[in-house]
Amino acid sequence: MGIIQIAIVILVLLLLVKPLGTYLYQVFRNEDNRTDKWFSWAEKPIFALIGLKDRKGMTWKGYALSFVITNIILVASGYLILRLQKVLPFNPNGIDNMESTLSFNTIISFMTNTNLQHYSGESGLSYFAQMAVITMMMFTSAATGLCVAIAFIRAVTSKGTTVGNFFEDFVKAHIRVFIPAAFIIAMVLVALQVPQTLKPALSVTTMEGSEQQIAVGPVAALESIKHLGTNGGGYMGVNSSHPFENPSPLTNVIEILCMWSLGAALPYTFGLFAKSRKQGWIIFSVMMTLFIGFLSLNYAAESNGNPALNRLGIDASQGSMEGKEVRFGIAQSSLFTTVTTAATTGSVNNMHDTLTPLGGITPLSLMMLNSVFGGKGVGLMNMLMYAILAVFLAGLMVGRTPEFLGRKIEAREMKLIAIVILVHPFIILAPTALALMTDAGQAGITNAGFHGISQVLYEYTSSAANNGSGFEGLADNTLFWNITTGLVMLFGRYISMIALLAVGGSLMRKQWVPETLGTFRTDNKLFAGILLAVVLIIGALTFLPVLVLGPIAEHLTIR
Amino acid sequence: MNNPVQTSSTSTPHAEAGNARVSVGIALRASLVFIVLCGVLYPLVTTGAAQLLMPKQAGGSLITDESGKVVGSELIGQNFTDPQFFHGRVSSIEYNAAGSGSNNYAPSNPEMIDRTKASIEAWKENNPDVPVSELPMDLVTNSGSGLDPHISPQAADIQIPRISKLTEIPEAELQQLVKKHTEGRDLGVFGEPRVNVLKLNLALRELLS
Repeated sequence: MGIIQIAIVILVLLLLVKPLGTYLYQVFRNEDNRTDKWFSWAEKPIFALIGLKDRKGMTWKGYALSFVITNIILVASGYLILRLQKVLPFNPNGIDNMESTLSFNTIISFMTNTNLQHYSGESGLSYFAQMAVITMMMFTSAATGLCVAIAFIRAVTSKGTTVGNFFEDFVKAHIRVFIPAAFIIAMVLVALQVPQTLKPALSVTTMEGSEQQIAVGPVAALESIKHLGTNGGGYMGVNSSHPFENPSPLTNVIEILCMWSLGAALPYTFGLFAKSRKQGWIIFSVMMTLFIGFLSLNYAAESNGNPALNRLGIDASQGSMEGKEVRFGIAQSSLFTTVTTAATTGSVNNMHDTLTPLGGITPLSLMMLNSVFGGKGVGLMNMLMYAILAVFLAGLMVGRTPEFLGRKIEAREMKLIAIVILVHPFIILAPTALALMTDAGQAGITNAGFHGISQVLYEYTSSAANNGSGFEGLADNTLFWNITTGLVMLFGRYISMIALLAVGGSLMRKQWVPETLGTFRTDNKLFAGILLAVVLIIGALTFLPVLVLGPIAEHLTIR
Repeated sequence: MNNPVQTSSTSTPHAEAGNARVSVGIALRASLVFIVLCGVLYPLVTTGAAQLLMPKQAGGSLITDESGKVVGSELIGQNFTDPQFFHGRVSSIEYNAAGSGSNNYAPSNPEMIDRTKASIEAWKENNPDVPVSELPMDLVTNSGSGLDPHISPQAADIQIPRISKLTEIPEAELQQLVKKHTEGRDLGVFGEPRVNVLKLNLALRELLS
């Protein structure tokens, strides 16, 4: 039954890719189409309000500048709200202002679509902060990511100098994609028992006569955009394993599809922009192959259970249930874990710290590769970067200038791509080493031995990949962890986004090279194989040693 | 984008600066618009609609006992220590839903292994009629949320001999009760079969009185 339910979810996803991918293409192709009729009435007043008179196309630099400035302003306003939440409205539980380094970490975390949380929602945020900072940034950061990915797609698939107008894209992403979808999904979740209320926490007397406090709040509105925008920050401390955030297997499936479908549809959108749907499907199939491989590893490891508990003589047929919910069991937990780290969402419906060592390799590896579906756009951008690298390597092997989508790949692009490829492991491994060497870093470790290395490694991998899930045992609300992970998230998001936009900007200025018999084709199975190998080889060369020190060593001690 | 009248790619520094100046004004206004739209209007409208259309679900799915008193939420587990009742899963926070969480024990953590051994010893003492080999994993492990309202049907079944002995309700009747409160997989395929411990115990208490 476990494999059947996983297969059904994957099948539904496959059915969603084409309609959603087509819809995104229609929204962003900037030519008259049906979606104008549905939404322009709502967009016109917004364009007027923000003073966007002409929607002139921008160069990649103008686009990058616009999204960075917008994010800086949002960060500043959000930071103020967190620091002043005590005196602002909608604070029935009397939550105090947030401390400064925690506020820094939190605001960077949400603006970069990471949603790493060093606070607990029930006790750390007022209802107003949950709405005006957390929920708001879940929209704006997702929209930012989607816009940049669309700009990158335009750059690699068209000629000229402009990649589109950031503000126009930003408004469209909200009005035509995220807000209507989030509202509908929120209402569906409420119907399936996710709370949505502004009343303070409830207090009841239990059956055995003791007092029980029950935290509630406007959960559903946050829950829907948390997944649609691949944000992942929970309303409650334990995220989607909380029965209020994720009451049933059905809500679990809905949340999985919400975080997965837009990211999975983007390769198809890319195919439409590139006027080669086959090219889109090739990218998609490489992603899906990697996904199924890592899913199988996690599912098998968790089904086999924790060897250390299995030998105690009880009935171990359920698999590893520590840190998991009965309603989800192994199949729904395993699928959620794989999707949330592939799609860089970072919500969890089971505790990743309690995963079996081999099962824990799945979320770690997917975040290290950071290109399997990915969040709003970033995964596709990284995969296209690997594609460019793949044609470069293939070109070197046969001794001719590499081309991708009719453009020559030359030194400038390869230098920028080398930066992006090196930055990711650098901002994971360097701080991991720093944390393991310093007392301030070691103080966070709560599970001794090899697992302690995994805890530290996971935290920085999650920050760098802008995922936000954690080996949550880590005691991370300290000056050291707040500042270091804050910086890693910042670099992880903006360096790759800006560098890849620069690659796009540089490609779009080049002459088209006519396709000939000698052109290396990028839309066939051979290329899919090369791409898969490039992703795996680069990932393994970079991260295998540290995986051996952490999860693999732990596995050998308890097997 | 395929518009032939486009600015040249070699834009002067002056033009770039102008571009930036315009951007700040628009960025500021766009930020304000979306803070209000996404951060205030969207959640408030959603709250209004949810409260109007589905007040019970939106309010946290509270349940009442036979006398009409609110005893909890059907989604949130409760701590049961009385051996006459069905017990839920291990919870390091003792089902205090003001927060949520667990110890996040690594699979190799010796504290977790000791805790599980202690649970098994306690089981042997309180349930001498049921061999340990029938004790399912979910009953001796901590859920992720610490608030798991469910146990597996097997975990409910093996508690029947103990409860029957203490309450003098025949085992067959208790088996019937557990069966009635067993929820199947969602849509027949998703998730796992499960028993809501709070609902089951409410029904059990009704049977006792």
